[in-house]
Amino acid sequence: MVTAADARVRARIADELVRAAADRDDLIDVAVGTVGSPIGELFVAMTSKGLACVGFDDQDRAALEDRFAEDLSPRVVASARATDDVRRQLDEYFGGARRRFEVGIDHRLMSPFVRKVMAQTAKVPFGEVSTYGAVAKGIHHPEAARAVGAALGQNPIPIVLPCHRIIGASGNLTGYAGGLHRKDFLLRLEGDPMLFPG
Amino acid sequence: MGTRTPPPFERFLDEHGPTVMRFLVVAVGPEHADDAYQETFLSALRAYPRVRDDGRLDRWILRIASRTAIDHHRARARRPEPRATVPDRPVAAPEPPDAALLAAVAALPPKQRAAVALRHLLDRPYPEIAEILGCSEEAARANVRAGLATLRERV
Repeated sequence: MVTAADARVRARIADELVRAAADRDDLIDVAVGTVGSPIGELFVAMTSKGLACVGFDDQDRAALEDRFAEDLSPRVVASARATDDVRRQLDEYFGGARRRFEVGIDHRLMSPFVRKVMAQTAKVPFGEVSTYGAVAKGIHHPEAARAVGAALGQNPIPIVLPCHRIIGASGNLTGYAGGLHRKDFLLRLEGDPMLFPG
Repeated sequence: MGTRTPPPFERFLDEHGPTVMRFLVVAVGPEHADDAYQETFLSALRAYPRVRDDGRLDRWILRIASRTAIDHHRARARRPEPRATVPDRPVAAPEPPDAALLAAVAALPPKQRAAVALRHLLDRPYPEIAEILGCSEEAARANVRAGLATLRERV
């Protein structure tokens, strides 16, 4: 009478009606979307409080969405409109037309310590770098450089909260949850070409 | 086995959308299935923050879809056919190979129509049909039986 295959095709088209109506009726708590970038497609999640997450394309997206459902709300729905502003800002950043992000932040995916570390990290401006030790000192835990490194690794909003600007005291990039090649790219993008030749 | 937060809604939609659509194409008819689909999942989304995943979300969404289908017929019975503007969608209305059967199904009382769709299209066992339709298993059987008898007569 109606094959499963026909119903599937038709459902996928009608899904767009559901998403549009959900957006119109304000029923989306976590709006998700993607934006292309030179370091791979980025996945973004916006809530009424602000940007909650930026994910890289090699991250487990299903696991991220599970986390949103658990810690934010299960009403996770794709919305081009609700994610438009942050996607555009990321575009501008990678195009060299933006040095700071103007977007509210939803801190709910961060532990209190991660939050503190990220607040300190956010003080490091575009084009500059700082060290794990300096961030530790900044939050009045000078002995906690390692813990700072671990906290930066848990940053749910990379790029926008610039954990890539924190490097080792020796000048080594040290580590990055998104992979060192991405950290290197971001620092070159922001950096003085004299300091980051090639 | 405890109850948990339901899956992210996008995954829920992805997983259950095709079954719900298949049910609605028969339960409300191809021309109203998209509207009913949207209404079904919007109702689900409204209730979603309070829902617990007890492993029976498939029945939960079919229950909402069944209610939507039955309400849809009640609403239409009250007013004369409002020729809704159905936007042209290329795959929306594939040629039904069995138009006579669809027409006969469309003439069934709404609850029988939903019961027949659940049993013979989606292959649901009677205890589940009873749960979805919110009636006893016996009533579920009776609805399917009555629906099938009418279909046999007409096709």
